[in-house]
Amino acid sequence: MTTSLFFIQLINGLQYGLLLFLIASGLTLVFGVMGILNLAHGSMYMVGAYLAWYFFTHTDSFLLSAIISAVIALSIGILVERTLIRQLYHRNHLDQVLLTIGMIFVFNALQSLLWGNDPQGIKVPDLLSGSIPLTDTLSYPVYRIFVAVICILLAAALYYTINKTRLGMLIRAGESNREMVECLGINISRLYTIVFAIGVMLAAIAGVLSAPMVSIVPGMGEHVLIACFVVVVIGGMGSIKGAFVAALLVGIVDTFAAVLLPSIASMVVYILMALILLVKPKGLFSN
Amino acid sequence: MANKNNLRHLMFGLAGSALLLTPQAYANETIKIGVMLPFSGAYAALGSDGRNGLRLALKEHRERLHGSNIEFIEMDTEARPERAPEISSALLNRHKADFIVGPVHSGVANGMLRTLRNRDTIMIVPNAGSAEVTGALCAPNVFRTSFSSWQTSYPMGQVAADKGYKRVVTITWNYGMGRESVDAFEESFTAAGGEIIRKMLVPFPRTDFQSYISEIASLQPDAVFVFFAGSGAVQFALDYDALGLRERIPLIGSGFLTEGTLGAQGKAAEGLVTTLHYADELDNPNNVKFRELYKSEYNRDADLYAVQGYDAGLMIVEAIDQLQGKVKDRQAVIEVMRNMTVPSPRGDFTFSKAHNPIQNVYLREVKDGVNRVIDVAMPALEDPARGCNM
Repeated sequence: MTTSLFFIQLINGLQYGLLLFLIASGLTLVFGVMGILNLAHGSMYMVGAYLAWYFFTHTDSFLLSAIISAVIALSIGILVERTLIRQLYHRNHLDQVLLTIGMIFVFNALQSLLWGNDPQGIKVPDLLSGSIPLTDTLSYPVYRIFVAVICILLAAALYYTINKTRLGMLIRAGESNREMVECLGINISRLYTIVFAIGVMLAAIAGVLSAPMVSIVPGMGEHVLIACFVVVVIGGMGSIKGAFVAALLVGIVDTFAAVLLPSIASMVVYILMALILLVKPKGLFSN
Repeated sequence: MANKNNLRHLMFGLAGSALLLTPQAYANETIKIGVMLPFSGAYAALGSDGRNGLRLALKEHRERLHGSNIEFIEMDTEARPERAPEISSALLNRHKADFIVGPVHSGVANGMLRTLRNRDTIMIVPNAGSAEVTGALCAPNVFRTSFSSWQTSYPMGQVAADKGYKRVVTITWNYGMGRESVDAFEESFTAAGGEIIRKMLVPFPRTDFQSYISEIASLQPDAVFVFFAGSGAVQFALDYDALGLRERIPLIGSGFLTEGTLGAQGKAAEGLVTTLHYADELDNPNNVKFRELYKSEYNRDADLYAVQGYDAGLMIVEAIDQLQGKVKDRQAVIEVMRNMTVPSPRGDFTFSKAHNPIQNVYLREVKDGVNRVIDVAMPALEDPARGCNM
């Protein structure tokens, strides 16, 4: 592998990792704060992509459709938490798994009924449609760099919110001692609604940002869900920082494995996970 | 809109037999058609198009059914191979289906064949292109209306050599259909003097292609041959274009690269050259009539999968018509089908000894979002049916 190809693959890996982080952050946030294992998280990624496609074909504006999609995702998050997830706080993980698996089926059926089963796609917004030449034959699309930048900004915003704001303080407090937070007169159930809705919205935003890069198809959510779980488990369940490091690690390892070890490429990420869990059974950054 | 369509199909399903019953019915024999297609999951669109085509053929030709009641029994395979033996044995043993039409996915086909070959039913495969269906696992009661993987890729090797390409990279998913397609391309391309400089196999169903395409760019081949279908085809074309290779290194492939995916691929598909046994634009009276009929019935454009389902329906119609509804005599049905010329929208075709279509394979190029037919890449091409002793 030449040096230039090495760096190009490194960029590919980082970019994939950043996108993985964006999807996985919502999953790990919800688990960390609320102890809820949301298997339907991948479905929200799918919903985000389909909403972006639907509104883009009607408004012809990517920015507008992204905003509308994010708002709708936030509302879906609030609705689902208020009606369904709320029933699960005092029940075990098995019940959570059953309910959220059921939600996967419901979202898939709704997608099929509302938008059909044909693969869909939207074009990259004109402003970002250029590309930067890297070698004689290869150039890098501006939109992918834009997505990577947005992912970094969102990661920074999450970090700031959790560590520097009052909401973040409450989230951290709720993580470590729910009863005490309630005793102090904080409305924990409202806090949970907010956290869950943000988690859903992060997945949907990842779907929206991916929409111009991927084929929008039934079942796209389940595909990313597994990668997300690997990220969350490696990073330590509930740790945002862990998810960030793990996502980049998975992104880079997966990219290089695909090229260097094609025959076992699909296993490498899981082998990595198993090795890390052997050394650190609770993941890299668990509390 | 999709919602209404689904509802209408459901109602059509429930009322199926009544609709197809002609007033002057006299035979009144019930003929059961089992349908094993994916109606959910990633292949759901392919499954419903195949089903629509099948039903259209029986509806269009209902006066040729000699008053038989047609009963459809539809089963969702979810494109999951492990479900195939259970569903197909239910259709065979419990429902006593006279015909079983399916599936889309080659893995499912394998499971079905293990249950259905040489049994008391007629199996018609309306898509799955794996070699073994009309190769190592061929059987007298198994027909295929679609293609073999070999047929759709072998002609491209010759085309590539004729275009003057010398060094080609191939890339596909690491599964049966993918490997078979790439091997067929290699067979004719190397025979014509070309060289495959790298064979890339992507774990199925991975659709992150960026790292592979970066690698291809560094190899600088004369062209890239791919087999991808559905979401993989969309994704590969998008990534190939986004990374700037589309205008520098020609991308060629088996026709599935641009089949049913052009809307999602947009300009990323422009100029791609593929070989396939059908193209929407084929200019023959059967195709024009079929596409009009399909559009008015289902309010969507017909595609390859609809054609293949439709042709399965035409075979059933022909058998019922010639045997005046007496399809319990499977040997007679097999005789009729084996000798028939199917008036398909793709052009008339007959069956090989292994029961695979002997058909034209067309050379197509995407222009303005449509697969335009440039030429016949190979006329009346017959699959070599390796491993079949029929």
